[in-house]
Amino acid sequence: MKRRIPLLITFVVGSVLILSVFFPPAESWGEDFSIFFDIIAVFAFFLGGGNLVRIHGKKLFTRKSDWGFSVVTLAGFFVMLLAGLFKVGNPAGMAGDVTAAGSFFQMLYEWIFNPLGASMYALLAFYVASASYRAFRAKNVDATILLVAAFIILLGRTPLGMYATAWIPDSFSILQIPNLAIWIMTSPNMAGQRAIMIGIALGVVSMSLRLILGVERTYLGVDSE
Amino acid sequence: MNNLGLIISLVLIAGGLIWLLVRSLSGREVERPIIFIFMGVAVSVPLLFNITFSEKATPIVKAVFDKVEYLPEGSRVLISFDYGPSMAPEVQPMSDAFIRHCLAKNHKLFLMGLWATGQSLNADAVERVIKREFPEKVGGVDYVNIGYKAGSQGVLNVIITDFRKLYATDVDGRDLDSLPIFQDIKSLKDMDLLLSVGGGFPGVKEWVQFAGDPGNVPTAGGSAAVTTPLMYPYYPRQLVGLLGGIKGAAEYESELKKHYPQFDKMPTPGVAMMGPQTLAHLMVMAFIVVGNIAFFLGKKRDS
Amino acid sequence: MRSRRPPIAAFVPSLFILNLIPFIFLTAVAQSDLGTGESTAMVSPEPPTGVIALDHVYDCGEMIDISWTLSAADTAGGPVTGYEIFRAEADSFVSVSVLPLGTNTYSDEKIIAGTPYRYRVAALYTGGAVLSEITSPVSAGTEIINWNLLNLFVIGLFVCGAVIYYITHAKRGKKLFIRKIAGLEAIDEAIGRATEMGRPILFVPGINDMDDVQTIAGITILGKVAQVVAAYDIKINMPVSRSLVMTTARETIKEAYIGAGRPDAYNDDMVRYVTDEQFGYVAAVDGVMVREKPATCFYLGAFFAESLILAETGNSIGAIQIAGTAQPAQLPFFVAACDYTLIGEELFAASAYLSNEPKQLGSLKGQDVGKFVAMAAIIIGVIAATLAEFGAGSFFVELNDIMHKLFTVEN
Repeated sequence: MKRRIPLLITFVVGSVLILSVFFPPAESWGEDFSIFFDIIAVFAFFLGGGNLVRIHGKKLFTRKSDWGFSVVTLAGFFVMLLAGLFKVGNPAGMAGDVTAAGSFFQMLYEWIFNPLGASMYALLAFYVASASYRAFRAKNVDATILLVAAFIILLGRTPLGMYATAWIPDSFSILQIPNLAIWIMTSPNMAGQRAIMIGIALGVVSMSLRLILGVERTYLGVDSE
Repeated sequence: MNNLGLIISLVLIAGGLIWLLVRSLSGREVERPIIFIFMGVAVSVPLLFNITFSEKATPIVKAVFDKVEYLPEGSRVLISFDYGPSMAPEVQPMSDAFIRHCLAKNHKLFLMGLWATGQSLNADAVERVIKREFPEKVGGVDYVNIGYKAGSQGVLNVIITDFRKLYATDVDGRDLDSLPIFQDIKSLKDMDLLLSVGGGFPGVKEWVQFAGDPGNVPTAGGSAAVTTPLMYPYYPRQLVGLLGGIKGAAEYESELKKHYPQFDKMPTPGVAMMGPQTLAHLMVMAFIVVGNIAFFLGKKRDS
Repeated sequence: MRSRRPPIAAFVPSLFILNLIPFIFLTAVAQSDLGTGESTAMVSPEPPTGVIALDHVYDCGEMIDISWTLSAADTAGGPVTGYEIFRAEADSFVSVSVLPLGTNTYSDEKIIAGTPYRYRVAALYTGGAVLSEITSPVSAGTEIINWNLLNLFVIGLFVCGAVIYYITHAKRGKKLFIRKIAGLEAIDEAIGRATEMGRPILFVPGINDMDDVQTIAGITILGKVAQVVAAYDIKINMPVSRSLVMTTARETIKEAYIGAGRPDAYNDDMVRYVTDEQFGYVAAVDGVMVREKPATCFYLGAFFAESLILAETGNSIGAIQIAGTAQPAQLPFFVAACDYTLIGEELFAASAYLSNEPKQLGSLKGQDVGKFVAMAAIIIGVIAATLAEFGAGSFFVELNDIMHKLFTVEN
């Protein structure tokens, strides 16, 4: 019973979502199932938040190693939660939008959350450099072609590429670096991407059918059929 | 531009690269912290010395510009903020440029988002761009912000048939039916153009797959550079055009300034960031060369 | 001497007549503006023509599509300022929508299915409106089947049919050839390395929720990994980005430990929720990696911009890294920075590959049938399109059209 009900739900919901594409009267059922998932996901926020508080609270009170980070985590969690829940400093009070300009929540978002997120994303610039240094080695013919393509794309995504090959006449404009970069991205690269995407689509079909038919059950915490 | 400071910085960078080259000629690999320091300098120098380059719009960016430009005045344009603060430096210039262009053309703007973290960015764009630069525009009449709803592409599946199944009010709590801008709007199919700005999931691809294509509504996008290659297959049939990364934003900003003299003094973060991008790309190329020299010399030494 | 003043009585009639003349003139002008919509001072534009109202196909009676030919006066600088749509259920017409000039279609969604409606379209100008003819009555109906998607249905049925056929006909004992996938072959070796070094394993199931099939694929591989981990008694660390993934992963690992006969070794804290926010999550995972220094890192699921941050951090701590995602944009980063990468469909094939069960392996064979059809269609389509372009004959033009129709989804 513990396993049959989830399998039955999976089968029914999966089948309806597929059928709703082809049979217009079933379209609204598909929409309703999408909304059901949204509702479940929202309730699951409580589970996650509770788990976060429990784990870091335990770490803090038992003074496990690196418990200082748990202080920061819990402080951030509760300050944001309370600032948003009680709309602290909100110009329109409890009636206003939680992200209203001037509210404490919006200030925390703009002055702490935004810069931190942007900083993490900015790390990519450094990691791309170190990954490129390590990965782009002309070990064989394939790697050399990859290296040359990378050079063209790197130059083509900057104005220097335009300046460097502006002298090439229009009849050979494909050889101008920005156009060559776009050609590489839209022709050989797109061909490879499409092949991968077709494989992925077929993989998704196969995996989805295994899930809908109950052949694959590991995600339920049971062995497969 | 502080020319002396710029020259000194570029000389120091060149000197550093020559030092790395000499090291690699002796077969030594470059350590990670050294790479990071060089990248940090390469990104900072153009910002400190205000190095910028002129931009020319490529056809794929021009297509988006022309679409907004030649829509009849008063057309309905929906902009979706599908990104968080981490991606904002790269894609926010695109959404700002779209807002300015649409409002200069007196189009009706509908703002929303499929990312929870995009909601504050919507609100920020309204305060920073719309209210400050277009004070004559009236909320609820010329623009509306309906905010974020959870559900990713599930949201699109619903609002492609009826907005009001998910959205009852805008972010200020006003009933959609009481807003003049929403009078004749039932669903996404009533829009004249969909603009999705983002770089993750859900993003431009989901807008094409679940809204633009099934609803037959023209869709254009602005995406982070890393996801732009994935969008090329959709251009030009399902995507009117595409802004790719900060270069796309810089091209659109340049095009906007060219056609609208009133935006001559507008901030152009896209153009400003092309300086660091250019120098950073050159630095990566230099490291690849240095790395290959070290690799081949090390291989020769071992054999 | 007496001054002669004209008599007032004589002036009054002439004044009256003089004042009456402009009044009559103005009245005539005003009269001409009422009723007929025609003005002697303003010429009305031509009305829209060819108005057609049709039921929108393949819906549940939600929409009627109206189209018309633009008024001949709908030009730049012309008198037309827009169009107004009128709808009548009985006799009286009500305004439904006002549209900008240049528009020649409208979809009316404010209708009741099955109710007959008539429409007319007015060209608006500063003096008023000019109405078109009235359309025949039309009602919106429900179509059970969306025949526009017949080609998609047939192709989908074929591929799904092949998968289901091979699943149901998979025979025990019959060896199916599956090519070696290096990343999956390396799982045992990677976990063994962690055992030798006495360091934990890190498992990252991506940052999407359980509604993404990549996350489910990651969780199914987790099930297999957890069985080995339970048997070798190594610590597994699994920070997750979604609450539903947390509950599912806990069930999966718990079952693996029970299956390995070590239920006491399982602890809920092996799987913990961090945050839904992308870069907050990757910052936390990076912190775990740098502090706990796992020997093996698995990145299996949906990843976005954080993929390179994770992979480079894992590289810097010297961990062996096995990644797998169906996000084509992130694959190059994983390939560059990780030891093994499962590319796209290999991630979905992993659970079948690792379980070695005939039914699951049968589904891979069905998938390959789909791939064969795709390859054949691409080759035929490319040849037909190229030869049609070079004028090689009407056969290739027709073949190109057929291929185009077969693989285009219309709505």
